[in-house]
Amino acid sequence: MILLQMFISMLKIGAFAFGGGYAIIALLENEFVTKRSWIDHDEFMNVVAIAESTPGPIAINVATYIGYKLKGIFGATVATVGVCTPSFIIMYVVSLFYERFMELSIVMAAFRGVQICVVYLIASAALKMLKKMKKTARNVTVFAVTFGGMTACTLFDFRISSIIFIFTAGVVGLSSFLINKKRKGAKK
Amino acid sequence: MIYLQLFFTFLKVGAFALGGGYAMLSLIGDSVLAYGWMTEEELLNFAGVETVIPGPIAVNMATFIGYDQGGFLGALLATVGVVLPSFIIILIIAALINNLMKYPAVNAFITGMRPSLGGLILATAATMGLTVFFGLENVSSPLSFDWRTVVILAVVIAVPIAYKKLVKKEFSPILLIVISAVFGILLFA
Repeated sequence: MILLQMFISMLKIGAFAFGGGYAIIALLENEFVTKRSWIDHDEFMNVVAIAESTPGPIAINVATYIGYKLKGIFGATVATVGVCTPSFIIMYVVSLFYERFMELSIVMAAFRGVQICVVYLIASAALKMLKKMKKTARNVTVFAVTFGGMTACTLFDFRISSIIFIFTAGVVGLSSFLINKKRKGAKK
Repeated sequence: MIYLQLFFTFLKVGAFALGGGYAMLSLIGDSVLAYGWMTEEELLNFAGVETVIPGPIAVNMATFIGYDQGGFLGALLATVGVVLPSFIIILIIAALINNLMKYPAVNAFITGMRPSLGGLILATAATMGLTVFFGLENVSSPLSFDWRTVVILAVVIAVPIAYKKLVKKEFSPILLIVISAVFGILLFA
């Protein structure tokens, strides 16, 4: 039963996954953390961090993980197929009418509205993460530097992979852990 | 053999595309141009159309190019190919993660990554917002502003707040997308 429920949730998310990976993350968070509590916020954040630093579409990586957590390999398969099926079908149908689809002004008008909603969804996902983040000096600095750095890179057309930011943050986390450990060792 | 070629090309894309949709797009672009499956112009056009289709860009491209080159079977094989590597990698990580997180060093690394994730996501919202509301794609693009975008933004912000006040529950983001699409058609069509 839980599998069927998850499959339907994944289909729904796949069908409305406009605006790239982070928008889908916002939808997944709402469905599986807030609404169903199948995975807690901390674990969800870990998975998103891992998904961002492994190859493949981030949203599919997170979906696969949630499926695995609920029902093992079979659950992972169901989740992955579920989240991919809507875009496969929609893209397939659009391929059949590709030339005509591009001329549909109503689709473009609807999309202009959707874009605004996507900006809102991504921003509120980010603010939620900020709210739940422990406000230590290191966390706040990493957050601010990543935000400023990535925004500046995009605006100045400087192409940089988001992985560089994420990995640097990981290294910062690891080093401060090691330094703390050394200090504690020295005190003893 | 076009089917094998499609499958392995997208398998490669799935295995090596780190860093989200646009890294994916350039990697797919290279292979697709190399095989002559699409011209540069077609690729650019498609990247524009793709944004109005839900779902990860990689899946959409695999489906489209697979269909174009090999019909239904081509679309299916390309899509399975692009998803398979990350599926396997995540399975392995998911199976190991609970054991790995017991090591404090691994834990420190992964939890250390989390604050930058929030920063990245907020940066995406900010740059997308500048494009959507002010037509600003980089520092040199001219500013443009359309009051209709503000109307839709107001709706999109007000509806979840009102709903939470009245029903004490989170408003469904999917429903919010539908509402914004309707307003897009009403105001822009």
